[in-house]
Amino acid sequence: MAVTSTLASDPAVRADLSRDQLLDLYYWMRLTRLLEERLVNLYRQTKVVGGLFRSLGQEACAVGSAYALRPEDVLSPLIRNLGSMLVKGATPLEVLRQYMAKGDSPTRGRELNIHFGDVTERNFIGQISHLGDMVPVMAGVTLTFKMRKQPRVGLVYVGDGATSTGAFHEGINFAAVQRCPLVVVVENNRYAYSTPTSKQCAAERLADKAAGYGIPGLRADGNDVVAVYEVTRDAVARARRGDGVTLVELMTYRRKGHAEHDNQSYVPAGEIDRWARDNDPIDRYVARLTGAAGVDPGELEAIDARVRAEVDDATDVAEKSPPPEPRDCLVGIYADPPEAPALWYREGIRSAVDRHERPASWGTHDG
Amino acid sequence: MAEATYLEAIRQGLFEEMERDPSVFCMGEDIGAYGGAFKVTEGLLDRFGAERVIDTPISETGFVGAAAGAAHMGMRPVCEMQFIDFVSCAYSILTNYVATARYRAMLPCPMVVRGPSGGYVRGGPFHSQNPEAAFLHTPGLKIVYPATASDAKGLLKSAIRDDDCVLFFEHKYLYRRIKETLPEGDVVVPIGKARLAREGRDLSIITYAATVWKALEAAEQLEREDGLSVEVLDLRSLLPMDDDAIVATVKKTNRVLVVHEDTVTGGIAGEITARINELAFEWLDAPVRRVAAHDVPLPYAPPLEDFVLPQTLDIVRAARWLAAY
Repeated sequence: MAVTSTLASDPAVRADLSRDQLLDLYYWMRLTRLLEERLVNLYRQTKVVGGLFRSLGQEACAVGSAYALRPEDVLSPLIRNLGSMLVKGATPLEVLRQYMAKGDSPTRGRELNIHFGDVTERNFIGQISHLGDMVPVMAGVTLTFKMRKQPRVGLVYVGDGATSTGAFHEGINFAAVQRCPLVVVVENNRYAYSTPTSKQCAAERLADKAAGYGIPGLRADGNDVVAVYEVTRDAVARARRGDGVTLVELMTYRRKGHAEHDNQSYVPAGEIDRWARDNDPIDRYVARLTGAAGVDPGELEAIDARVRAEVDDATDVAEKSPPPEPRDCLVGIYADPPEAPALWYREGIRSAVDRHERPASWGTHDG
Repeated sequence: MAEATYLEAIRQGLFEEMERDPSVFCMGEDIGAYGGAFKVTEGLLDRFGAERVIDTPISETGFVGAAAGAAHMGMRPVCEMQFIDFVSCAYSILTNYVATARYRAMLPCPMVVRGPSGGYVRGGPFHSQNPEAAFLHTPGLKIVYPATASDAKGLLKSAIRDDDCVLFFEHKYLYRRIKETLPEGDVVVPIGKARLAREGRDLSIITYAATVWKALEAAEQLEREDGLSVEVLDLRSLLPMDDDAIVATVKKTNRVLVVHEDTVTGGIAGEITARINELAFEWLDAPVRRVAAHDVPLPYAPPLEDFVLPQTLDIVRAARWLAAY
């Protein structure tokens, strides 16, 4: 794969990202990885009650792209975008409570893992499991920005697999026709569950799908966080200028299974090890920071310690969080009525019988 | 005030809500310059412009999903299905995404999906459907299906102002066949309340949409020929359903016929029957019976369509059986 990024020491990058920002990118990637490692521990202790989805090896895609957004821009993450959500303001405590199905989790125990959002302050939207559906939804979010003449941008992630869905096609086509300020990031991690990209699509490059929608299609090295940042920044700037949708394909690799239970038996021998050894996004970035960018390794170790302390503290708090109250499941299906009634047998048979109005005898009665 | 057809009432409702609230906008196929396949949105483009009357690609998932995203951001989109048969193309995003948004993610999703529904118009299998039962089973959605022009207008206003997604079924047979003088002013019909279309003592017909008119015809015939006093309850809202009105009519007449145009198996009549069984079993003098369409895709040829769909005479026959039970 061609590495299209420039080194952090290049003038173009230095002009755009300060030294603090370069360290910021490291912080978010490290936090993503460490938080997921903590979740693995909790999963093995059965404290994560559902599945666990890793983004190991894809942290640069998530962090670099989200870092190109402003606070008022709206992001729609996918299951491998924990890093994007953290950049957007999601906290490790929220993530831990979600995974552990706590009553004070962002969705009050209704949804799993990183399926949560906040569109009032931090501007990221809770995804659903139906792949591709978030593309039309984000077309509508960004259509609203256009209608209101707000200088805001939306960014939606899909995987290589989701580009096969009808929803992806309908959503990106609608957004392209309407020239919505939207960036569609295809995170090509080479597997959709067990299916390799070659069985997903006959096109050599998923970025080429852009031509069919009359929009630019860009491709970048997804394991180079600065390259990801740069390509996204350009697409975001284009959207903010009013020039419409850009499709960005990020080339990366999914080093863990679809979820933690997946033993990856379908992966050719040696492939995972090769990517881990030669193309880990954090290792590559550390080499760049301590090399060309001249960052002292001690500085990175200090960030690591800070990240560890944050995750430790959040874990302590999350473990003490209470489970949801069962009856809360009936609240908030609609704005009106605010709560659904429990079914009669949950009220106790006696009270249900007592309340059931009966005529004096069987048959016809005067109402 | 001049009389308005059912179709004109819907158009008035759209106009008035778009005038009242700048966050209301319309999306759909051919709804702009052409004014929609049935001309429901005629004149909207001239009045409100292309930003608020959006001609979309042929992609129901695309623009229903976009409506949801816009609704999250504070807009109140109204999506037109060119024919309601095509709402099945958006079934997944409506049931999985839209219906769950508030519950799973605290995301408001105030939007309306409306479109011409129903048969009796020789439309064949893909321009005649009544897919309401497919959505009744989805918590998070609301469903209305008016039978009169004033209810169509008043319920559309309620649907647009509702803070959740409302599926608004319009019966295309009624579009230009019925008219009435609409009430003056900003009259809103509440979602979830049935309408007593005709009072009676001997038996009740519970129905909605076009078959309300067939039930009323049947009621007149039964009064004339059999001396039967038949009550007709027009549900108007299917989700939520007006249990109080259903129970009240059961207690009054003790005999119930449930009528709808949709196919019988898995149709809403089954749900209504179950509710009567649970809420008012002892008040019944006869089993609840259903009159609905045969379980076949709706055919095109008039003799076939007329056989499949419930007709006035079917209701009369069923009511006689019930009265004699």
